[in-house]
Amino acid sequence: MEENATVWEVFIQSKNGLAHKHAGNVHASDKVMALENARELYTRRNEGSCIWVIKSEYIVSSETEDSEAFFDPSNDKMYRHPTFYTMPEGSKHI
Amino acid sequence: MSSLFTYTLRIADSSLILGQRMSEWCSNGPTLEEDIAMSNISLDMFGQANGFYQYAAQLDGTKSADELAFRRNEREFFNHQLVEQENRDFGTTMVRNFLHDVFNFLFYTELSKSKDETLSALASKSLKEVKYHLRHSSNWLVRLGDGTGESNTKVQDALKELWMYTGELFEMDNLDTELLNNGIAVDNSALKSEWDSIVNKTLVKAKLTRPEDAYMATGGKKGLHTEYLGFILSEMQFLQRAYPDAKW
Repeated sequence: MEENATVWEVFIQSKNGLAHKHAGNVHASDKVMALENARELYTRRNEGSCIWVIKSEYIVSSETEDSEAFFDPSNDKMYRHPTFYTMPEGSKHI
Repeated sequence: MSSLFTYTLRIADSSLILGQRMSEWCSNGPTLEEDIAMSNISLDMFGQANGFYQYAAQLDGTKSADELAFRRNEREFFNHQLVEQENRDFGTTMVRNFLHDVFNFLFYTELSKSKDETLSALASKSLKEVKYHLRHSSNWLVRLGDGTGESNTKVQDALKELWMYTGELFEMDNLDTELLNNGIAVDNSALKSEWDSIVNKTLVKAKLTRPEDAYMATGGKKGLHTEYLGFILSEMQFLQRAYPDAKW
């Protein structure tokens, strides 16, 4: 299996309605195996209600050397935060 | 010994011995992921065994669940001979488990309708785990059977060797029949056609040939076993035998 095993990223949804969160990765040679391995490794202690697995090669990541160009420009743009609005009275979770 | 006690003990014994066999894979799995998968299955089997032993102990009234598991001899164990067969290689383990998982799936499905409420509840609980075990072993059977030439040969050989232990799964003795008539036990012989159908379908998918039915081993229910059970028990029971009532 080692020769054709690839790495898959695992995302676990802890409760219905919540976002799937990255939990880690597993080795597997097909998608069925990837899902089962993820189940074995990441949901043993009642962590999840749904699992997503995706081949790591399909994840496109930004590079560290690009971080200046990618993220620094938003540092001084306070106006992008909706902090200048007055909240309606009694509204929660905003 | 009441019939219900013996019936419960037989179920517990098969779970315990298969659990013990699967625990031998812990730290020896082909990959880290599979090692954990097999250890999880082993723990599921121990959990199931524990449930049935607790009930047996309650019916018996004199022995605890631990005593039933750790202080009985080979001839007092009633597990299927199939589950005591050696792990050998990963493929053989998957074939053995698959043949038993299909049976367990059908057996617990029926037992969950038992008139005995405790057996029915234990069966429903076990069924959820067994469904996963069956999924795990079936997928591996297909992967290995339809894999390389070598993996196909290995699982095909294992299938041929283990086939003789599948006849016993569907046997009914007087005790089974008595409890079946009371609405408590499962009619094992009635599970055969569905077992055949699931096994055949999976074997076709796995590009494996179903072995011819020939000589079938028997005796587990009467406490007769293959050469392997004694070795399993001596390892499993060592601590309780050497240090009775040891606690940790």
